[in-house]
Amino acid sequence: MGSNMAEAHPVGFQWVMEAKERGARVLHIDPRFTRTSAHADVHVPLRAGTDIAFLGGVINHILTNALDFREYVVAYTNASFLVGEDYRDTEDLDGLFSGYDPETASYDSSTWQYETVEAGPDDHAGASAKERSASYQHGSGGPKVEGGSGRIAADPTLEHPRCVYQVLKRHYARYTPEAVARTCGVSEELFRAVCQTWTANSGRERTAALVYSVGWTQHTTGAQCIRAGAIIQLLLGNIGRPGGGVFALRGHASIQGSTDIPTLFNLLPGYLPMPTPEHGDLAEYVDSVRADQQKGFWRNADAYMISLLKEYWGEHATADNDYCFDYLPRITGDHGTYRTVMDMVDGKVFGYFLLGQNPAVGSAHGRLQRLGMANLDWLVVRDLTMIESASFWKDSPEVETGEIAPERCRTEVFFFPAASHVEKEGTFTQTQRMLQWREKAVEPKGDQRSELWFFYHLGRKLRQRLADSTDERDRPLLDLAWDYAVVGDEPQAQDVLRRINGVDLTTGRAVGGYTELKADGSTMAGCWIYSGVYADEVNQAARRKPGREQNLYATEWGWVWPMNRRVLYNRASADPAGRPWSERKALIWWDAERGEWIGDDVPDFERTKPPDYVPPEGAVGPEALRGDDPFIMQADGKGWLFAPKGLADGPLPTHYEPHESPVPNPLHGQRGNPTRKIYGRADNPSNPPLDHEVFPYVVTTARLTEHHTAGGMSRTVPHLAELQPELFVEVSPALARERGLENLGWAHVVTSRAAVEARVVVTDRMRPLRVDQREVHQIWLPYHWGSVGLVRGDSPNDLFGVVVDPNVFIQETKVATCDVRPGRRPRGPALLDYLAGYRRRAGIAEPTVLTTGPEAGLPHTEEDQP
Amino acid sequence: MGVGRWLASRLASWPVYRQITGRDPLGRGRAAQSPRSAGLTARIADADRVAKSVCPFCAVGCAQRVYVSEDRVLQIEGDPDSPISRGRLCPKGSASTQLVTGPQRARKVLYRAPYGGQWRELDLDTAMDMVADRVLEARAKGWQDVDERGRRVRRTLGLASLGGATLDNEENYLIKKLFTALGALQIENQARI
Repeated sequence: MGSNMAEAHPVGFQWVMEAKERGARVLHIDPRFTRTSAHADVHVPLRAGTDIAFLGGVINHILTNALDFREYVVAYTNASFLVGEDYRDTEDLDGLFSGYDPETASYDSSTWQYETVEAGPDDHAGASAKERSASYQHGSGGPKVEGGSGRIAADPTLEHPRCVYQVLKRHYARYTPEAVARTCGVSEELFRAVCQTWTANSGRERTAALVYSVGWTQHTTGAQCIRAGAIIQLLLGNIGRPGGGVFALRGHASIQGSTDIPTLFNLLPGYLPMPTPEHGDLAEYVDSVRADQQKGFWRNADAYMISLLKEYWGEHATADNDYCFDYLPRITGDHGTYRTVMDMVDGKVFGYFLLGQNPAVGSAHGRLQRLGMANLDWLVVRDLTMIESASFWKDSPEVETGEIAPERCRTEVFFFPAASHVEKEGTFTQTQRMLQWREKAVEPKGDQRSELWFFYHLGRKLRQRLADSTDERDRPLLDLAWDYAVVGDEPQAQDVLRRINGVDLTTGRAVGGYTELKADGSTMAGCWIYSGVYADEVNQAARRKPGREQNLYATEWGWVWPMNRRVLYNRASADPAGRPWSERKALIWWDAERGEWIGDDVPDFERTKPPDYVPPEGAVGPEALRGDDPFIMQADGKGWLFAPKGLADGPLPTHYEPHESPVPNPLHGQRGNPTRKIYGRADNPSNPPLDHEVFPYVVTTARLTEHHTAGGMSRTVPHLAELQPELFVEVSPALARERGLENLGWAHVVTSRAAVEARVVVTDRMRPLRVDQREVHQIWLPYHWGSVGLVRGDSPNDLFGVVVDPNVFIQETKVATCDVRPGRRPRGPALLDYLAGYRRRAGIAEPTVLTTGPEAGLPHTEEDQP
Repeated sequence: MGVGRWLASRLASWPVYRQITGRDPLGRGRAAQSPRSAGLTARIADADRVAKSVCPFCAVGCAQRVYVSEDRVLQIEGDPDSPISRGRLCPKGSASTQLVTGPQRARKVLYRAPYGGQWRELDLDTAMDMVADRVLEARAKGWQDVDERGRRVRRTLGLASLGGATLDNEENYLIKKLFTALGALQIENQARI
């Protein structure tokens, strides 16, 4: 769902095709008919942005017909735990959960907690947590639950009205096949066929895998989409088992790596949160990150954090000075890329680095991006080729409209040519957490340099300039451990990787894994989840034992975090007693004679902890994990059907309409996600909801096989440019008739932000859907084009405004409303008048005052918060 | 040359004759080969080294073999050893040779002055020095010891960075580490998009 795997990840799709040849059923649920659909047994077209309604229907089908894998669910999930008496569901509050504060459009999650667990201060919900995208900080360990290591009141019969199972059942009761049909535009028959296939292919003997991509994440409900998929997979026993799982197919070679070792504002390496001013010292920080009385390996977050500080500040970091914890800058809210771009427009940001990324084309609301860049003191662009984000001052669409003129644009621009993937060595982390080392093939030419070279030497020059400084603010830079091995003038990636892995400072040896990290300053490690990648002083990511000489899990090819475990939570592949659920689906199991877990994969469990292990009274951390607690990073050791903590928009996924949608919410009174972040300001207008006149259609975007994201690595490459030379828009024959669009003729798509012209492709791949007694037309465009490169065109990302998911601040670029008209768009200043006319007709006042939802009737107040 | 040998050599240059008399009765191999194609060699034949690499486009992580001769990339192909890709590459991955060797690759530092109308070339070391100066200046302009509520924050909001998803882990590590030590927070990448 939300993925066109055959075209966007074609080489990965070979495994789907091979599974199909062996009898697997392939279901494709996605708005558009693509090559993935062509290879699937069933294609289900649905309205963009209604995936949670569909998945909620599947959950309802499972629970109504008692089709869950009961033994798995009772033993391994939190289905039996009792939720507190004060919890109120969307069923009680017409689409809201208890704890909603309309002033800040955020939740206090204390009423979502388990009955016997003290709610305590809520570090991960509420307005301030929402403003710093706190939910993004649970990438490696679950949210803390104080008391998770103790006994949690539960009803193993799953009959108590407040047990998670029954709460789930009530929450999804209204997601009937009829409601799914009315919301998603999917026939009840097709919906039932999906339910039947999914459940029939799950259980003791069979497993089903779920694949998604940015078709799920780029929504105001993105995180909850994935939660909904995970709930189904947990109910059906498809997590931690061979052939099961929830797979994110990501679009950049190391986007997983840049999340794990984050270039992200709210994270430190290994998903340790960036500190806030509330963290007066290291102890307070650690207490807010993990609970004292909790299970699992996240309990040892102090060891991970202190090891990171030791890598950052070396000998300067000591127990006496809190390991330089005070050197870390503090976040106080949203410092994300969209907020930052708006601050550029407002003149609050002076310098900007772009490192292999092209936001003028690739980010939402391209005009805002380019106007932000045009209002900087300086901009540094590092890329393989010239890109739109470097040359915006002379060839952007705003130059055409007169909004940017070179002679009035003050931004000083530096363009540095970058070394390519074959001109440097290092690791990428691919989409299944696998690190693969690349050897350097050739030297870069001319001024081409790696980022490693650039940042190492930039750091060196900055430290030289400040060497004599006595200013306290310069101490973090001057005390920084910046002593990586250098050959010639190139810093050695192997040495950086080894220090990311971690070193035992008493022996000088690389550590073997994160369990060896200490909280006493005797170890250093740059990223605790990557500990083990340099075990035994060997670059494990460089291993290349051919796949054909290994089993399916190929554990000697590359290295997968954590600890080279290929299937996460694979303890769940065995039953509570440690036996495989079935012969067919064996992965790891308990060998009583040897006293250890063995199997085809590396066990994601303490190797010698027996399945019948019961922790002693008062145990915490790893020791508190029972022998049948497979979810070893969770505070309670269980897979979470219901999330008592950690999400900004509710403990259970709920269908909300997209921010811009032509219909009311067929399921609840609350129309949109009540916590979505809107960034209401005059230069970021929204199309009004329920508008059937000015912006009556739904627009969605996606990728082509032959192009890569914003095109810097494909529109500039002759072969690829020739294969896909021109932007096009796909429309259904019915819509083509309604709007007078001709196949291969020109059309332009209009929103309150932009008009984008493209060649028309009239095709049955797009089809109108019947939704809530209305016919809804959807159109689709690939988004790769811009004003530079061998093939050029308008950028579809210009069409979208900035409205984001409250958990992770990813923007809603997979669905918006629009108009589409035949012919090319107006040019020059006439374009601005044209768009102003649309905004006037749609009733979008300037300055735009948006609300958290029309039903709330309250001004959007997030804007002015600190 | 005798007439017999001349005749035999003329006959052998005739594909139909080779097809009838040789070991390629279907005429799909040697029988149909022209002298030109017989003289061709694979692009990778001249390689003196092979570097093991990974495709730089999407996150599937297909393995590549980079064939090199005298510090020049001859060809990039899928690596059949990979348990992920089994030697396959998609159209983008197959265009990797052109991605790294094509004429679009920039080799020189370029500089556009404020209010300027065109690019001009700049020496790399000069450009590095200019950037270092500007980083310190922007950092100072945006510096905050405390936030508006008087809480200690020790940071700068004067500079930002975007990018990392196309870069190596080791590079992301240094980027985050250096910016954090500078007090810069607005460090983001495609994972937010």
